[in-house]
Amino acid sequence: MRNIFLFIRRYFNFLFFLLLQVYCIYLIINYNTYHQAVGSAYMNEFTGSVNKQYNKVDNFLQLNKSNEALKKENEWLRNQLKANFENPDTANLVITDSIPFDTLGNKRKWLYQGAKVVSNSVSTQNNFVVLNRGAGQQLRKDEGVIDSNNGVVGIITEVSENFAVVMSLLHRDSRISGILKNDPLGGGSIVWDGKEPNYLSFINVRKSARAKRGDTVITSGITPTFPYGKMIGVIDQIYPDKSTNNFVIKIKSAANFYNLQYVYAIDNAQKDEINRLLEKAKSKINN
Amino acid sequence: MSTLVKNIVRFALLILIQFFVLDKIHLHQMVTPYIYFLFILWMPFKFNRTLQMVLAFALGFTLDSFRHSPGFHAAACVLIAYIRPFIINVLIPQEGADSNYEEPGARSMGGIFPYLVYAGLLTIIHHGWLFLLEALEFGNGWYFIVKTLLSTIISLALIFITELLFSRKQKFRTNTV
Repeated sequence: MRNIFLFIRRYFNFLFFLLLQVYCIYLIINYNTYHQAVGSAYMNEFTGSVNKQYNKVDNFLQLNKSNEALKKENEWLRNQLKANFENPDTANLVITDSIPFDTLGNKRKWLYQGAKVVSNSVSTQNNFVVLNRGAGQQLRKDEGVIDSNNGVVGIITEVSENFAVVMSLLHRDSRISGILKNDPLGGGSIVWDGKEPNYLSFINVRKSARAKRGDTVITSGITPTFPYGKMIGVIDQIYPDKSTNNFVIKIKSAANFYNLQYVYAIDNAQKDEINRLLEKAKSKINN
Repeated sequence: MSTLVKNIVRFALLILIQFFVLDKIHLHQMVTPYIYFLFILWMPFKFNRTLQMVLAFALGFTLDSFRHSPGFHAAACVLIAYIRPFIINVLIPQEGADSNYEEPGARSMGGIFPYLVYAGLLTIIHHGWLFLLEALEFGNGWYFIVKTLLSTIISLALIFITELLFSRKQKFRTNTV
């Protein structure tokens, strides 16, 4: 007996080594029992929590890529919306190309084109937003621009090969037509007084319109630039204009001009036709 | 920094670097860069052999847990922890160098060459045992040999770079005070 103890003591390291090796090989051979091995469940919990932390960092680094992917997907989804197609009132539709029509024979009117904001300002009197998409990527002059929450941002005024300049709503010359969401009679124009970013003026609204604080102002759809119903802002304050029969309404813009990142330009596929028709009508009057 | 804190930090850092950096790099199917066992290479001389094996097992088992592989790395780590004292005994030049310095390094082993032999031997034993176990389980012989050699070269290069980047200041201590 004593000799056995002596032997174990003398070769303790070697025996311990053998024991650990045998245990490891036992784990390898019985892979299924590994999951029941002592401490394995705790280790799983531990490695899981470390992996979660790592994943947070990894996700953060991937944000740019996933934003880009989401923007593409949004662009695609928006183009599927039924509101972007108009049902023509005649059965004798001449189909020349399948692209502008969906399968029900509806003609596409609005086309959303996603773009990334590369430069933006809010501090001057005349603010512009620059997009990383231009004529080479099918952007055109006079397209409306909205942000990812459907809030109006502005109108494209210049396009170059790869970039487009948007006159933001925060521009002294910006003037778009708006309407109260609750009261279709309350139409007017949206301008900016050049004082405070994110606050716009809604002018030429008749005093008969039912406007109250918190009401939503949307695009009217009477110009070929924006479709009906894009959000412009929410009423903040209402003053009666003493000299006229109109209100002056201060609204808080729906788009946050301080952190614009991804926007959508809206192309009106029928605009050329409408403009041509208008030109023709005008020239007739002049003659 | 005390020995305990230093070794805990090393353990955690090497495991994290191994799993979150090196394991994400896919160089080639034949080459798997390993550096986590540097913890065993750098373990202080004064740890007794049982403790060394226990720590090596913990290191290998942690990496196995991360990779969800059963026991491969633990086996290889325990093997090199067991063999390490023998190699140190053979390579260390003068009497008592292992009590004058804290841990193995180019300086305490009396030059770059003995240290390179020490690191190289342990690396090739580690990789050999690891890939042999894997080969018994999955693959064939040639695969095992080529993979061991290539991975050893890459791992040695990594160890060399690590030694250059993080030079460990080895103080000379005497027992004669």
